[in-house]
Formats: sequence, structure tokens, C-alpha cells
Amino acid sequence: MINHPIYLDNAATTRVFDEAAAAVQDAMINQYGNPSSMHRLGFEAERTLKESREIFAKLLKCDPSQIFFTSGGTESNNTAVFGSALKYGGRHKHFILSSIEHPSVSEPIRQYVERGWKIDTLHVNRDGFIDLGELEQFMKDREPLLVSIMHVNNEIGTIEPISEAANLIHSMCPTTLFHVDDVQGFGKLNLFPGRAGVDLLSVSSHKIHGPKGVGLFYRSERAKNILPLIYGGGQQEGFRSGTENVPGIAGFAKAALIYQEKLRNAPSKLEELRNLFIEKVTQIEGTKINGPIDTSLAAPHIVSLTVDGVRSEVLLHALEEKSIYVSAGSACSSHKMSHSDTLLAIGLRGDDLDSTLRFSFSIENTKDEIETTVKALREIIPSLRKYRRL
Amino acid sequence: MFSAFLIKYGEIGVKGKNRFKFEDALVFQIKRVLEPLDRAFDVVRIDGRILVTTDSPLNEIEYDETLVKLKKVFGIVEICPAETVPGMTLDDIKSTVLRHIDENFPDKKITFKVNARRGNKSYPIHSMEINASVGEAILEAFPEMRVDVHNPDIYFKIDIRDSIYVYSKGIKGTGGLPLGTNGRALLLLSGGIDSPVAGYMISKRGVELDCVYFNAPPYTSDRALQKVKDLARILSDYSGKINLHIINFTDIQLYIYDKCPHDELTIIMRRFMMKIAERIARANGCLGLVTGESIGQVASQTLKSLFTTDEACTMPVYRPLIAFDKQEIVDKSEEIGTYETSILPYEDCCTIFVAKHPVTKPNLNIIKLHEQNLNEKIDELIETALDKDEVLSIGV
Repeated sequence: MINHPIYLDNAATTRVFDEAAAAVQDAMINQYGNPSSMHRLGFEAERTLKESREIFAKLLKCDPSQIFFTSGGTESNNTAVFGSALKYGGRHKHFILSSIEHPSVSEPIRQYVERGWKIDTLHVNRDGFIDLGELEQFMKDREPLLVSIMHVNNEIGTIEPISEAANLIHSMCPTTLFHVDDVQGFGKLNLFPGRAGVDLLSVSSHKIHGPKGVGLFYRSERAKNILPLIYGGGQQEGFRSGTENVPGIAGFAKAALIYQEKLRNAPSKLEELRNLFIEKVTQIEGTKINGPIDTSLAAPHIVSLTVDGVRSEVLLHALEEKSIYVSAGSACSSHKMSHSDTLLAIGLRGDDLDSTLRFSFSIENTKDEIETTVKALREIIPSLRKYRRL
Repeated sequence: MFSAFLIKYGEIGVKGKNRFKFEDALVFQIKRVLEPLDRAFDVVRIDGRILVTTDSPLNEIEYDETLVKLKKVFGIVEICPAETVPGMTLDDIKSTVLRHIDENFPDKKITFKVNARRGNKSYPIHSMEINASVGEAILEAFPEMRVDVHNPDIYFKIDIRDSIYVYSKGIKGTGGLPLGTNGRALLLLSGGIDSPVAGYMISKRGVELDCVYFNAPPYTSDRALQKVKDLARILSDYSGKINLHIINFTDIQLYIYDKCPHDELTIIMRRFMMKIAERIARANGCLGLVTGESIGQVASQTLKSLFTTDEACTMPVYRPLIAFDKQEIVDKSEEIGTYETSILPYEDCCTIFVAKHPVTKPNLNIIKLHEQNLNEKIDELIETALDKDEVLSIGV
């Protein structure tokens, strides 16, 4: 018998909704025109783009002209850093970022270290929260070019105080731009960049059951002069050249709509799954949750779990044998060890780093699946503990 | 433009009455490696050489592809890419040679010697006459070139058979003996750097290979298994079709962990690997085991450890890397193309439970005594592992 797969790695990527896949296929086969072409097929593709843009404008409560489609979260994050540095780097050579940013934010910023820029990194506490006091300190009497803080941390689910940070930033320095990586939060939590005071926002399609290779970048009126990352034929108001990925964008928009609808029909489903999982799994001896437990402080779909005396990689493969798919907090092998920056930043050390798994849920998961997963963990963990590494 | 290869082989030439067997095997192997190419080739044996021909000149891509394939055939000492003369007259030979020089030797400040050979003695012009006449034509066409009959930079060779072939360079082949002339052996393939090289070296002596991999899920991953499949695939370019046996070793390993001193885990584990490998080998007509062991490389490869491991089976165990330094093995693995795959960082079953201080001088009697702790279940576990042996056929 083949077990029905239980996919709990939704923070890594998600299964594309059938309707979104159908929208991709429809755009590929029927609206294959180039949106820039003058004929009817081109016009139809352009209309799909326009409709998709409007869908996201509604979801983000912004103007359609503020939305640019990109190749995904990484490109959007890169655009925020390089786009603002290209435009304003002559005057403001100062970045502030949190210590738990995704590499697609921290690596672009790191490129400026060797150019002598000032880079300030916000520490986080054991639950992964930044300290607004430290942000205030970093900004005091300075004019940082860009502050980048993620909305939801991808490994432990911490929800950062975005509106509060925005208020602080804008009250302290009128020229500083505020970028938020919302790859993990979009769709699951409401964050309206205009209202929250966010200038630049990154979103990815494949975290909300859309296709891979597409995402969006929100750019506020205040930030409208930042420069493009990609130059070419002048598509998307010249801010993001390249023939638009119409099928990807159509699938992305479809997925966003469906996600919203599913959440509207079951507004607390993700919280319930998460709470159930945490309640059951912490009954297993020698386990602990990293990051905040309270759902008002943590995203409803991410749980980081440390299991004493078990290597996460082995536990991951043991779960895989039961068709349960999760992520390891760090990748480790006899040849190479790479630890997660987030887990290090919240103070995990030693064996805990190698014993941490991430379970991430989707609106598509069920309580049964959670029960089955915890049952599997209950079975597997004691036998793995028996055979420790020497 | 080349349309033929003259293939020279070494040791086979002196194999007495068995010579034809070896030559036939070599012809067969050359046909096997060339078969997947889009081109059709004729492969025939002609007094002391093998002639590979195709009906029109190869373009550069085809030429490179063919050469890559031929370089992986054990038994070939030298590959001489040749041009086929379009006709049988002396003028035909001359014009082919001149064009050959023009296309292949942009710098004409070279010394040469023409060396014709009549495999077909009915050809009306004598070799010496051909040499003189072609040499003259070369000097006339390219005045910078000089004759040197004792130590020339380049030999222009003219081989006269049913057709006439012109060639001037030899490319080194792998050497060794053709596959299929020496039976079959079972390689213990781990995913590391050493075992694929060991398999290559034994196979180079004409031995066909099967492989066994000890899988230890969930301690090892699908990626580790894929890595081993990829290594077997690269090896199969040289050694032909490989049957890869995948043995689930987890339960045996954990049982040893439960019952035996932890500093002896690796050595005891290796002994059981040898026992299982021997069973597979015997059941599949393999006449020996092959490992990548090298004296002193790790704790389980000291002379004492090897002595202890070796005692676990009765079949000959071939260890072609036994006296190699690590760097020599790495160099060889780079040369045969397995290195990049071998260094992918996935755990294999040998690394998951390694004691901090494993025994380096195991005493066989003590090891055997401790193995008695396993008496209750080990036979059953071995039978189960063998029953569940999953066999993949790798390569063409």
C-alpha cells in the first residue's frame, strides 16, 4: 500500500492548486501572445496581466501601478536592496537588517560590506523578535538608506512588529526606505504595505500554492525613484524588463484568490492545526518548540521543533519512510556542517542545532494528518534515541 | 577529415593461442561503445590491429564523441585517427596527404618521414617507391618542411589495404585487457572516492563488474543512493553493464550496535559486509570481491584490521588500491570522472556510527568472541537482507 503523502514542508514550497495549474496551462496554450504585441493575442495576454495585477492590488490594498511581477522572492528582495542602493547609494551608505533575514536579503546587503558601507544588524531575542529600542539606536542621528525586516520568519514563524518598526523608521528619518520580505506571511496574515508604512514588499507565488518562478514586488509612491535591477525592453513601466511570465502570473493570481477564499471559509484552520500539533507533540518527552507559541506572535503555519538526542536528518528520513515530509533546521553530514542562521540567532547551540525540524502547514492539511504525524514521531523518536551517534 | 581509426593493442598480441578470443572481445567491446552513436561504424580485425571505419568523414563533434568512447575501451593501447584516401592511385594518396598536412599542421617548420605499408601485397607500387614519391610531393608543396628519416617530428603513415588510410598521430588508450576475457567480480561500492577507482582498475584487466551497495535508511538518504547509482553509471562507461545490488543494512547495523562493543562496530560491520557480498557473488557467478581498501588509510584498513576483515570470507578479495596513497587515488578518480560525484556530501552507512576511537589493532579471536553476541538473530537478519536484495541494471 502506498501511503497518502503528508506534506508538512509548506514553508519550503507548496503543491500548486489544481485551479492554479489549470490557469497556467490555459495561459500557455490559449493566451500565448506577447503582452507587448499589438495584435489580439497580445492584447489578451496583456489583459490577463492587468487582471492579475488588479487582484494583487486588492489583496494588498494598493494601486495596481505599485505592483511589479518578478521571478520570485529572491529577485524581489534583490531589487529592494540593489534598486535603492543604485539610486541613493551616493548619499546614504547605511543598511539596517535583522539577523534572521533570508539570504536573498542579507547576501545582497553583504555585497556592500567590502565597499565600506555601514551595515547594522538587529539582534533578536530567544523568540526571534527584533528590539525596536535597538532599531532606534541604530537610526539615531543617522540617515540609513534602507531598513529590511522580514514579516514572518521562515524557520520559527516569528511575526515581527512591522507597523511599529515602520512608525519608528519614518518618524526618525524621512528619507529611509523600509523593505519587508513577506514571502512567508503573504496570504496567511494581513499586511497592507500602504497602511503599515512599508515602502517595498516582496512576495512569492510558490509559498501559496502557485507556480514556482514568479513573485511580486510592491513599490510605494515614496520609493518610486529606486532603480530597476533588470534592464531591457522596458516592460512593466521600465521597472522590470523582460517579457512577462504570463502563465506564471496567471497561476499566481489564481492561487492567491483561492487561498484567500479557503482561508475565508476556515479562518482559524491553520491556527487549529498548529495548536493541535504543538499540544500533542510537546507531550513527547524531550521536545521543545523554538520561537513563540502564542498564535498572535507566530505565524499559523510554522513550527520549529527540537527533539533531544535525535539527529534531525535521520528523523526527517525516518518520517519520509512513512511518507511524511518535513524540513531539517540545518543540513549536516560527515563531510560538511551548515547551520541555520536563524537558529543560531535565537541562541540554539550544539546538539540542539542538529536536532531541530521544521513542520510547516498549509490550508490543505487536515487534523488527521497532524495526528498521524505526531503518532509517527511518538513511534520513531524512542528508537532513534537508542542509537545515538558515537 | 577523419573517417577511420586504426586501433593498436598491446598485451593481447602475445596471448598465444588465445589471441583470437582477446581480439574478438576487443572488437565486440568497440562495437558496444560505438553502438549508441548516430554514426554507423564497421569494426574489423586486420592483422594485428583493429580498423574502425565509417562511410564519410566525421565532423568535429562526431570525431570527439567517437574518440571519447574509444578512450574508455579497455585493451586499446593507441588510437590513430586516419583519413581514407578516396581512390587507389598514387596521386590519390598524394593529394590526401597534402590536404592532411594542410589541415592538421598549421606550423610547417617540422621534420617528417613517410612510412607506407602494404597490407595488401598485390598493390602494384612498392612501399619504398610510395615513400619517396609522397615525400617529394610534400617537399614541393611545403618547402619549409624537412625530411628526417632517423628522428622525425611526424611520421606520415600510409596503410594500404582494400582502401588506403593516411594517419599521423596516435592517441593513448587506456590499455589493459578487453572486457569479457576474465570473468566477473563483485565490487563493494560505497559512494566514496576509493571504491569506484578500485572497480575501474580491476575491470581494466578484462573483468566485468557487479556492485553491491549497503544502504542504511533512514540514516542514509535517497540522495546517497542516487550518488551510488551515478557512480555505477560512470563506471559502466568503462566496464559495461553493471548489476547493482542494494542491500538494506540498517537492521544488521543496529543489531551490532546493540550487542557489540562500540569501538569494534566498524570492523564487525565490515566483516558482515564481506559475508553478505560473498553470498551475492557466489549466487551471481562472480569469482572475487573487489574493495577500495588501502593500507592504513583509516582504522578499519590497518594490516590487523584487513587481516580481521579478510577472514570473514573465503573468496579472493582484490584490493587494487592497497598500496596507493590517497592523492594517487584522487588523481585516478579525477581521470576516470568519478571524483566530482564521489565528493558529494551525503552520509553512507560506514560513517553514521563511527566510534570516536575505533580499534586499530583488532584481535581476530576477540572480535569473533564478541560476534557470538549476535548469534541469536544475525543469520535471520542476513537472510532477510539477501531476500530483499534489490538489483538494478546500470549502463548499456
